[in-house]
Amino acid sequence: MSAARTPDETRTVLDSDDIARALTRVAHEIVERTKGADDIVLLGIPTRGVYLANRIAERIHVIEGRDIPVGSLDITLYRDDLRRAPARALLPTTIPPGGIDDKIVVLVDDVLYSGRTIRAALDALSDIGRPRMVQLAVLVDRGHRELPIRPDYVGKNIPTAKTEKVLVHLVEFDGDDAVRLSGEPGEGS
Amino acid sequence: MNRHLLSAADLNHDDALLVLDTAAELAALTDRAVKKLPTLRGRTVVNLFYEDSTRTRISFEAAAKRLSADVINFSAKGSSVSKGESLKDTALTLEAMGADAVVIRHPASGAPDRLAHSGWIGGSVVNAGDGTHEHPTQALLDAFTMRQHLAGGKGDLAGRKVTIVGDVLHSRVARSNVLLLATLGAEVTLVAPPTLLPFGVETWPCSFSFDLDSHLTSADAVMMLRVQRERMNAAFFPTSREYSRRYGLDVRRMNLLPDHAIVMHPGPMNRGMEIAADVADSERSVIVEQVTNGVNVRMAVLYLLLAGAQLGEPDGSDRTAEGTAS
Repeated sequence: MSAARTPDETRTVLDSDDIARALTRVAHEIVERTKGADDIVLLGIPTRGVYLANRIAERIHVIEGRDIPVGSLDITLYRDDLRRAPARALLPTTIPPGGIDDKIVVLVDDVLYSGRTIRAALDALSDIGRPRMVQLAVLVDRGHRELPIRPDYVGKNIPTAKTEKVLVHLVEFDGDDAVRLSGEPGEGS
Repeated sequence: MNRHLLSAADLNHDDALLVLDTAAELAALTDRAVKKLPTLRGRTVVNLFYEDSTRTRISFEAAAKRLSADVINFSAKGSSVSKGESLKDTALTLEAMGADAVVIRHPASGAPDRLAHSGWIGGSVVNAGDGTHEHPTQALLDAFTMRQHLAGGKGDLAGRKVTIVGDVLHSRVARSNVLLLATLGAEVTLVAPPTLLPFGVETWPCSFSFDLDSHLTSADAVMMLRVQRERMNAAFFPTSREYSRRYGLDVRRMNLLPDHAIVMHPGPMNRGMEIAADVADSERSVIVEQVTNGVNVRMAVLYLLLAGAQLGEPDGSDRTAEGTAS
């Protein structure tokens, strides 16, 4: 019973240096696992996944000296919980000029939780083209999967309680880089 | 809670931009190999058309099908309406069949409003043109088209000058356009013979004039309205030729427009009457584009109404920050 934190309090679990290191490692892993990242396309899931995809692409550029195609994939229209909430505004989907057919698509998102976003992303991808392989990179894996989906590249595994919230801030969108936890830690956290 | 789209006045500035921005994202779909989204799977959209229509009905049908909704087309001809069935009984039948949305076109002004607020049906009602009253999705697609050409495809239409010419009296398109364009910040001028301006036009959020030439030189967009002979039971102008000479858009008048200005028409056109064939087929004409944009705008409307939307309260919560769905 760690009732020391009230629900309003937040705890920083990754600071900007941690995020930078995690992304650099993920970039190296992608290059290694795809044997040089020859035909990969990074697709970020808006909003923050797109910024993360761009950062990973910059790092791969440093490692391999080549530009990596980056796009964004909005999954709003493929969600399975659309009828539970007011309709959401759509976010941009941009597919790089080379397309995704026969490429290795690496989906990039900030937090992996139930896996439902990624399920929707896989549906969206199949309407756009047929990649040779699809992989998943996330900054934070917080557990509590509801579908048989696993990430290929993880910045940081953060065990959480379902009552907690993972707040990802990125400079490009929020003005600072940090991953914070808020809410009741609850039992078993 | 705004479950219906009955009038362009139902949309405030934020709602209107939400519809246009959603349509812009959906437009990207047109280039894809698979032009289909699963979003409205299992939903039923009824097209209830009491009046003849080509583009609006096909446009709504295409929009609903691209979102995977089931579409039932109902036209008054060949249905029990010709046996004397009332709007109420038709509505109750549709409700019993489980319609999630009814897209209605009706010759009587106010029929969609009646349908929405009578309690006959539980679904959303979309006005696809009622009498001489309103045609809000036409106004949305017109605004979308203007935004693409005049505002870089983003934001509103603040300060843009739009001249709407012709049979304003019988035009539901004109009324919806005036309301929506005013919401989006455009300056609208109606140009028509005095007999074809509606009573009370001075209370509309626009100006009006009887002289076309003087309102072309500074216009960013000029929209020609069809002369609706089928609604005219009196003489509103002496002859077609005189109307065409004074209020028709011919090549000479088109050349008065600034270089960037676009020519619009909601269709169907009377070539040679309100618009010359050379103008309708010119490079300035965006009439075919309007039809394309119509599908995207109607997809946006159906998505926002049927996917659980409350127009007016766009969901501002951040999906990923909450971590609810990742």
